[in-house]
Amino acid sequence: MVSRDDALVRTIRPHRKVFTLGLRELWRHRELFFFFAWRDIKVRYKQTVIGALWVIIQPLFTMVVFSLIFGNLAKIPSDGVPYPIFSYCGLLPWGLFSRGISQAANSLVANQQLITKIYFPRLLLPLSSVMTGLVDFAVAFVVLIGMMLFFGISPTWNVIWIPAFLLVTVMTALGVGLWLSALNVRYRDVRYVLAFLTSLWLYATPVIYPTSLLGGRLAFLLELNPMSGVVEGFRWALLGTGVAPGRMFLISSLASLLLLVTGRLYFARLERTFADVI
Amino acid sequence: MGSEVIRSEGLSKRYRLGQIESYATLRDILGRLGGAPLRLLRGESAFPERDRRGHVWALRDVSFSVRAGEVVGIIGRNGSGKTTLLKVLSQITAPTSGQVQIRGRVGSLLEVGTGFHPELTGRENVYLSGSILGMSRKEVSRKFDEIVAFSGVEEFLDTPVKRYSSGMYVRLGFSVSAHLEPEILFVDEVLAVGDTAFQKRCREKMQSVSKSGGTILFVSHNMSAVRSICDRTILLDAGGIVSDGRTEDVVTEYLTGGSDSCETGVIPEDVHRIGTGTARIRSVALLGREGRPTKQLRIGEPFRVEIALAVDEALTDGVVEIDISSLDGVYGVTAFSTDQEEQLVTLGLGEWTVAADLGVSLLPGRYTIDLALHHRGAPYTIDFVRRTLDFDVGNVGEGGAAPYPFEIKRGFVRPESRWHEPTRTSGVSRPRAAETSN
Repeated sequence: MVSRDDALVRTIRPHRKVFTLGLRELWRHRELFFFFAWRDIKVRYKQTVIGALWVIIQPLFTMVVFSLIFGNLAKIPSDGVPYPIFSYCGLLPWGLFSRGISQAANSLVANQQLITKIYFPRLLLPLSSVMTGLVDFAVAFVVLIGMMLFFGISPTWNVIWIPAFLLVTVMTALGVGLWLSALNVRYRDVRYVLAFLTSLWLYATPVIYPTSLLGGRLAFLLELNPMSGVVEGFRWALLGTGVAPGRMFLISSLASLLLLVTGRLYFARLERTFADVI
Repeated sequence: MGSEVIRSEGLSKRYRLGQIESYATLRDILGRLGGAPLRLLRGESAFPERDRRGHVWALRDVSFSVRAGEVVGIIGRNGSGKTTLLKVLSQITAPTSGQVQIRGRVGSLLEVGTGFHPELTGRENVYLSGSILGMSRKEVSRKFDEIVAFSGVEEFLDTPVKRYSSGMYVRLGFSVSAHLEPEILFVDEVLAVGDTAFQKRCREKMQSVSKSGGTILFVSHNMSAVRSICDRTILLDAGGIVSDGRTEDVVTEYLTGGSDSCETGVIPEDVHRIGTGTARIRSVALLGREGRPTKQLRIGEPFRVEIALAVDEALTDGVVEIDISSLDGVYGVTAFSTDQEEQLVTLGLGEWTVAADLGVSLLPGRYTIDLALHHRGAPYTIDFVRRTLDFDVGNVGEGGAAPYPFEIKRGFVRPESRWHEPTRTSGVSRPRAAETSN
């Protein structure tokens, strides 16, 4: 008789209806998390020379295009700082978010081989995808510092809030990423939805334009988007634009938490069938 | 006297048939949702397709227990539930009902090179794969030199794995798995991939695990391997345990059993298979001289093997493999699509049929066909299924060919031969045996 007192005994049962966060399992596999992240980063930088530079090229190039079209042509105001740095600063957390959700959305399908062959908490895959985005963020951030020096803008003391903004970004990316990755296993056209979703979301976030441009009701709708608080917060902390996004950030954090929790729930529900469907 | 390390009670696994179909798209879902209210109004079921879909029980009430140090074989034809059982035991999929209790660290050799990424070097992949398999980074570092030595790829350790030959790839992958040092080892048809030297190594590894008190569950089609390694064997059929006991008895039962083994050549989706899975072998047919599907051939009868494939990811460097082996898993004849000329197979998305005419005269006996589809380079195997179709060769020659002259058959193949008239080498015959014996 397998001794029940023996700590090493594992019991495999049908999935229970009760939901667990699975944090203990995640902790047990923490090394694997780092290996996945390490693998993704290594592979990306091994493949092409551009691949390594892409992290910088993309936001820079986008900034140039935005500056030309929205800054110069459409003459969108930029809260008192030059438009290029206004948009680049917003593009940084935005990039973390959009790359995070697209990597996460594909993470399960891309690793289907592993999922059907070996056990590990599936949550590790979207989680590590989002986290590798932080490395890219760090690189692009260095460029931002360069730009700030160039434009002669010094950061305010409010930069201590940056980690909080980053946290909300990661939470949002993870929440949306969990939804998308789980959906993608079953419905493979999520890929197309993703491109569309990302575009739409960009316009719903004050990256191209400042929140001050919008009035009343529109501004409120904007606040529901967790990325709004983050982007405004970033600019406020680094460039000193706008006002402290207190209320906006609070709403952002709540919305982000909601996304994360519902995403985790949905993911957990579908997780039991991943290996069967994929 | 070991104590129990695995105890399975009433383990069952049900798949809804729809789960094994191809992916739905959101478009389909929206379409179906849209029609639901109308159907409800009409008094019909809201989701008729869902109700119509049946279930398949991949495992039915499987109960058994394994003691520490036992080496247990798990056999059964395709679709019998062997793979599903391993998947449940490895926690890759959850059971529908019942439970399993496992004591001890588990290692799974469900595939070679688990987690390998073609762009990373051998060294990097050893760490990655080791971690995926459950070893801590420290452990991998500690065993690193041993792993490398065992695999024999020292020289190429810092080259990307995509440049490795298939042999190197398999050896390195296996080497990592081999050093897991688990207390319980689940092995599936890993032995099928690789040459005889490699297979010997796998067997030795399993023996060493067993000698150090480890427990092994070995899923296989290869009866001679099962016979040589396993003390005890469990026979599965249609998801249930048919037999559980001495290997010799159970294997015999399997070989002499059921005329419906691998009858149709249609390969169930959830069958035991190895490979990346970006394409699936769906079915196989054996066409005899009349070009009609058959399961009975004559010696020397020309035959064609027709394979139906479903491709999910297009490929341009495909190699198709057809193996003919005896029922107890010994390979006799192997053909690759690159044998006559280096012509790689290109397959776009969708369903395809690949056919090959094999010019070999098989001797009388019962045979089965194993099929595989590979990439020319890493990651190599896309899909590999054993025992897809059983067939017989009767002791009748094709055309004017003679039947096999004796009771006891030796070998698989009758070569084309042209015998020459005897020529005299000397005039004197040798002394007779009776005179030279002492």
